[in-house]
Amino acid sequence: MTARRSPEDAPVVRVRDLVRRFTLKGVLNGVDLDIRRGEFVALLGRSGCGKSTLLRAIAQLDHEATGSGEIAAPHNLSVVFQDARLLPWKRALDNVVLGLPGRDARARGAQALTEVELAGREQSWPSELSGGEQQRVALARSLVREPELLLADEPFGALDALTRIRMHALLKRLVHAHSPAVLLVTHDVDEAIALADRIVVLEQGKVAADVPVALPAPEPERAEAFASLRRQLLARLGVRDDGLGRVA
Amino acid sequence: MNAYSPVAEAPPSFELPPGGLGVSSPGAPEPAATPRGRPRLGLASADPLGWLLGPAVALLGWTIGSLGGWLDPRVLPEPWAALAAARELIADGRLQTNLAASAWRAAQGLALGSSIGVVLALASGLTLTGGYLIDGSVQMKRAVPILALIPLLIIWFGIGETMKVSVIALAVFTPIYLNTHAALRGIETRYVELAETLGLSRKTFLSQVVLPGALPGFLLGLRFAVASAWLALVVVEQMNATSGIGYMINLARVYAETDVIVVGLVVYAILGIASDTAVRAIERRALAWRRTLAR
Repeated sequence: MTARRSPEDAPVVRVRDLVRRFTLKGVLNGVDLDIRRGEFVALLGRSGCGKSTLLRAIAQLDHEATGSGEIAAPHNLSVVFQDARLLPWKRALDNVVLGLPGRDARARGAQALTEVELAGREQSWPSELSGGEQQRVALARSLVREPELLLADEPFGALDALTRIRMHALLKRLVHAHSPAVLLVTHDVDEAIALADRIVVLEQGKVAADVPVALPAPEPERAEAFASLRRQLLARLGVRDDGLGRVA
Repeated sequence: MNAYSPVAEAPPSFELPPGGLGVSSPGAPEPAATPRGRPRLGLASADPLGWLLGPAVALLGWTIGSLGGWLDPRVLPEPWAALAAARELIADGRLQTNLAASAWRAAQGLALGSSIGVVLALASGLTLTGGYLIDGSVQMKRAVPILALIPLLIIWFGIGETMKVSVIALAVFTPIYLNTHAALRGIETRYVELAETLGLSRKTFLSQVVLPGALPGFLLGLRFAVASAWLALVVVEQMNATSGIGYMINLARVYAETDVIVVGLVVYAILGIASDTAVRAIERRALAWRRTLAR
């Protein structure tokens, strides 16, 4: 898949020399990162490498953090968390349109639910939905705001493997239709290759690798390229891909 | 390019064999007593009407004790005597008048105490300054038993209705405040983060996230508060009252009418259970979103 570049090639996100320190966890030691308009970037790394810290810094959720550096991100950004984070006292549609301005908010919300294949579930309580359905409501809540930048913090981490594959396809389709820039934090190498235009590996609070994902279309070559990229990334993460070395 | 369809979540189609998925295979001879596997250690699910057994046994014991002459009517009257007393009290209207007086007192105290509790909890739960000003004082007040405040309240308000309602309000205020405040301050960080990323205004954040999130805490406080209200009511009605169930009981004590005392106690019990049931009904309605979890 090639990056969907727009004529103006100014990055949507621009991070320069970002440093973040917490008393307990998550440290960034001078991170530089650009994300272009409509680009899908996967942020890969072991747990504790600072990938969530970087996402939270871009989302301006790190009120308590101290640090330095420069972040430019669009105001119109949306976050999908690992937990769907639906308000349990609001029905699905009310969760989607929470704080959404405009007279047609509910109509747009219902349409977003249709887009994530949840038409007819508008009036369900979150507790009546499965984990995958809840995460789809969360996706609808993000997309109905037409964000320039979608930040996703291991959004499929809590889902079972089969649901995750379905969600990958859904996310891919939605991103194609709405073309926001995406920063997806994950520790799943396969997920990163399957979804992203570019993979950034974070290691001990620094960018350790920045790899474009350019897989050829025809099948035997594609699978080969996939496997080779996978090997390369796993090595970067300190995992030998002999099928047994998954210790990361 | 992707072999997986994200769309169709078709239900898996398989059919249960008639008789369900039994352990035994069709051809095998049925063992005489099917081994049930491990013995159950946990309790089986309770009968919904099972709680009636205890009161029924107590009533039976009371009746037998009275019939056998083991219970001195001066200590505890016969059940039928208490019933007759109740009928008499209703016939001459004394029970209704006193019940109305008690209920009105409790309702006033409950309304006043809940209002003050909610207002103070909002002020101290939603702002840091409010918390610094209010919370410490309330926590200290909580350490003082409500009954210890009665002498002071008598000096301030006299021995009339104002004092009585004030005592009830004070008893109600504490659980409402504590539970509402805790719920407001305990709103989950993840919801706060969500509200921030959605760019909610402060007003929307409070009305859509914080207040509904704190509602279960308030309702729990209300249940405690209703119980406290009856407790305080009993105490103040023993003091220089001229109406109310407590007054009726006190008067009966003077004339050694144990049957009337028993009627008063039963009325208190019914009031307590009825009001708790009412609050639970409000809870069920207001927290409909939680019902699916409980099922």
